[in-house]
Amino acid sequence: MVPGHFSTKRMSIIEAIDVTKIYIMGEIVVHALRGVSLTVERGEIIAIMGPSGSGKSTFMNVLGALDRPTSGTYSLNGQLIADRSDDELALIRNKEVGFIFQTFNLLGRHTALSNVELPMRYAGVTSGRKERAIAALEAVGLGDRIHHRPNELSGGEQQRVAIARALVNDPAIILADEPTGNLDSKSGSEILDLLHDLNQSRGTTLIFVTHDSEVAARAQRIIRLLDGKIVEEIGVEV
Amino acid sequence: MNLFQALLEALDSLSSNKLRSGLTILGIVIGVGAVIAMLAIGRGAEETITGSINSIGTNLLFVFRGGSDEVRNPDPLTLSDANAINDPFSAPSVVNVAPFISGDIELTFASERAFIHGLGVTSNYDEIRNLKLAEGRFIDEAHLLGRSAVVVLGADTVETLFGRTVGVIGETVRIDGQPFRVIGVAEPMGGSGFSNPDKQVYFPLTTGQIRLIRRRSDRVDAIIAQAISADAVGQAQEEIASILRIRHRTSIGVDDFTIFTQQDFLETARTITNVFTIFLGGVAAISLLVGGIGIMNIMFVSVTERTREIGLRKAIGARNRDILFQFLAESSLLSMLGGVIGIIFGWGLSSLVGAIASASDVDLAPKVSLDAIILATVFSAAVGLFFGLYPAKRASDLEPVEALRYE
Repeated sequence: MVPGHFSTKRMSIIEAIDVTKIYIMGEIVVHALRGVSLTVERGEIIAIMGPSGSGKSTFMNVLGALDRPTSGTYSLNGQLIADRSDDELALIRNKEVGFIFQTFNLLGRHTALSNVELPMRYAGVTSGRKERAIAALEAVGLGDRIHHRPNELSGGEQQRVAIARALVNDPAIILADEPTGNLDSKSGSEILDLLHDLNQSRGTTLIFVTHDSEVAARAQRIIRLLDGKIVEEIGVEV
Repeated sequence: MNLFQALLEALDSLSSNKLRSGLTILGIVIGVGAVIAMLAIGRGAEETITGSINSIGTNLLFVFRGGSDEVRNPDPLTLSDANAINDPFSAPSVVNVAPFISGDIELTFASERAFIHGLGVTSNYDEIRNLKLAEGRFIDEAHLLGRSAVVVLGADTVETLFGRTVGVIGETVRIDGQPFRVIGVAEPMGGSGFSNPDKQVYFPLTTGQIRLIRRRSDRVDAIIAQAISADAVGQAQEEIASILRIRHRTSIGVDDFTIFTQQDFLETARTITNVFTIFLGGVAAISLLVGGIGIMNIMFVSVTERTREIGLRKAIGARNRDILFQFLAESSLLSMLGGVIGIIFGWGLSSLVGAIASASDVDLAPKVSLDAIILATVFSAAVGLFFGLYPAKRASDLEPVEALRYE
């Protein structure tokens, strides 16, 4: 069974209670989330699944503090995400969240090293930045590729750079949006292995948003969304 | 992100699209270059004009007949007026006085003919106007007393009439048909403000009165007075004015004469050149403005192109001001680069104008001044900031979710 929604005495890394999100696009009102509640404990591996338009991307944006919920409460690592200014949200994303995207989203003009350094720059880290970035790249097995630009790296390697970038500020959660979607199956499973290793070695909480049943199969818990609601939860509590 | 990093990153991003950055910079280069060149030309023109006014002599005063429009029938200036001004007791600040008459005359030698400005002068005219003779001597007291038919020719006049500049002493020229003996040739003085002394001829005042210009009794057209020093010009002006007021019996405040000092000429010339400079600079500033709009345009394109990058940067923790700063750094860098190249370009342009001017014998030396450089630098940086601000603000205000989704 899943933990209770309302009263966990331990501090959960994610506590979303009855979260809704409504977009108003001109005349049309879109109810992207219609009351979603989710609690995630530190070190869990979660997969969020659902067809297009089910609200899973919106949910991921809320979980990643990229967007504020319309109603309901959401707290990430003990910090309530509501009525926060843009700058405060930026700081929370910088410290608590590591994003991994389907299209990698690396800066093309920058080397792998410089891409990984970027979150630390925005965090105002000045000393030891390069060393930390190199350590993160070594952790994803790219110690010999630090001065390569994204166009000189394979898709799998690019995704590793993105993982190093997500890791480098030691976030509470890593949010991976279809991380294997643009990769062949071999590199895809390597990336998954890498993320699971990081979960084992560092205790990093992983949240996948995916269509891929292989990704979902390796998660500890699967959450299915449909029309902005959780319709199914499969898995065991860690 | 510190300033140095931001500039470095901006440079990196600008150099990734060199042609576009180059063309954008070109707008600023032309604008700044035009401002620099126009200000330099204006400054050069001012220096030429003030220089030629200064060559008149800094301690001279020019007295003319007629005052304000309210004065009807002003008394003419006379030789007696000149003598009164020359009195050291009533005008202690005045050391030298030269009255003269002037008119257009016809000068002929053999089949050559010239219509020029003739001056009937006293023997101290050369001294007061700092007129040097290349050959011969100037008109003296004996010539004045004897109403001699002698003439001193300006440098250009000699050239026009004889086709040579030496060996003309003793030749006889005809002025309005009457024979005059050439006794001196003036050194070239260079063109100056109102009348070019190189194109003039000088004859004795007395001779001119009777035979050429024909002034009744002892009337003169103007009086030049020399103050003891440049500092005494104001004092001398007061003294001359009070002498003439008494002599002409004018009511208080309605002088029937006008005294110009070199300072007045300078003032007038400065006003004119300033208007000229502001006009040219203003036209140039418009092109700088157009350059700034070019920067704004390109920054909008750049923001749109990099929407996803902005979204990504925000996702990993960039605050709005980090993004604002990033784009402002780019636009400022564009305009600063443009400014630096523009200063060099403007410098080159004004040297070119100077070269053309000296090749065509125009006395104009454009001068690039430090304040023009500072002005252009500050202005171009301000243009970059101003026109970069709106695109940068738009970038920083992007919603991270929408920016990331942008295709």
